[in-house]
Amino acid sequence: MVDIDKLNHLHLDILKEIGNIGAGNATTALSKLINKKVDMKVPKVNILEFKNLADILGGPENPVVGVLFDVSGEIEGMMMFVLEQRSAHTLVNILMERDIHHISEFSEMDISALNEIGNILASSYLSSLSALTRLMIVPSIPHLAFDMAGAILSVPAIEFGKVGDRVLLIETEFAEGIDRVVGYFILIPDIKSFKKILSSLGVSV
Amino acid sequence: MMSSQEIIKVGMADLNTAVYPDILTTLGLGSCVGIALYDPVARIGGLAHIMLPDSTQIKNNSNKAKFADTATIILVEEMIKLGAVKERIVAKLAGGAQMFAFNNANELMRIGQRNVAAAHSILEKLGIKVIASDTGENYGRTIELYTEDGRLVIKTIGHGIKEI
Repeated sequence: MVDIDKLNHLHLDILKEIGNIGAGNATTALSKLINKKVDMKVPKVNILEFKNLADILGGPENPVVGVLFDVSGEIEGMMMFVLEQRSAHTLVNILMERDIHHISEFSEMDISALNEIGNILASSYLSSLSALTRLMIVPSIPHLAFDMAGAILSVPAIEFGKVGDRVLLIETEFAEGIDRVVGYFILIPDIKSFKKILSSLGVSV
Repeated sequence: MMSSQEIIKVGMADLNTAVYPDILTTLGLGSCVGIALYDPVARIGGLAHIMLPDSTQIKNNSNKAKFADTATIILVEEMIKLGAVKERIVAKLAGGAQMFAFNNANELMRIGQRNVAAAHSILEKLGIKVIASDTGENYGRTIELYTEDGRLVIKTIGHGIKEI
């Protein structure tokens, strides 16, 4: 078993690079989807205590849309695509060719669109990771929730809680400049999967 | 009169106590459960934000606040240190939602339910009565425990505010 606290700089840099490649592909897919330029920030590898976990998404009460995927195959864990509530509205408005600033409750169509966006982006993230590591990675169907960031993050956190007191996540923030769509890709590999990812790239743990 | 009232935050896998007039709060409870304890005479409150039901099922169990069983025991001890009397303590529960609707309701997805059941079970063992609860469903909750009168205020996104 890999101990999160014993990962060194090289390990963390590799995980960061995975975020870079995965999110790079996903933002390209998003950019094509909405036909707008999408910028991506440098990925962060966060190792957080549970009590600080929800701070990454603008605080535990920040309303967000989370699309969660169970990841199985040779790498296990969870993948999440998270959008701030406002951004989620803006993104569906762009897709549906509505007024950008239009805000109403999410319709069934909006939810379906967000699920599908999540699906496309998570798939492109994970397929690039799969190509890089030559490991088979299979995402589940998307599961969407619109709620407080803390509540949504409790789901992957509990998985980590079974084996330790910290969560490791690879977080990449992206933004579509003009209309300010801000979101995050979060890859949360299962503890056992770190070793597989790192050794597939020729690094011993 | 409210000037010195403090709001004490309890994080995930964390617990704390407070005496009148302070308020205990935990933000964004999802599948985790907030166990709120209160001694109405001493006006002492305790709040735990637990993630998992049972410390005996997990090897890495050094953080006692993470589990329903150990967190509740510690919380009661801490409250007694502050002057609470065990026989007077009552409990309220909130949280334990299923945040994502998975079709194959596997073990992970039912964790909210199991957390709630574990909280009830340890409280029963300790002889502490659960006088109100707002658990399950599929949405997150922020809760505030007022040491003034033991009321528990529950805030949600899209499901209103309630008081139990």
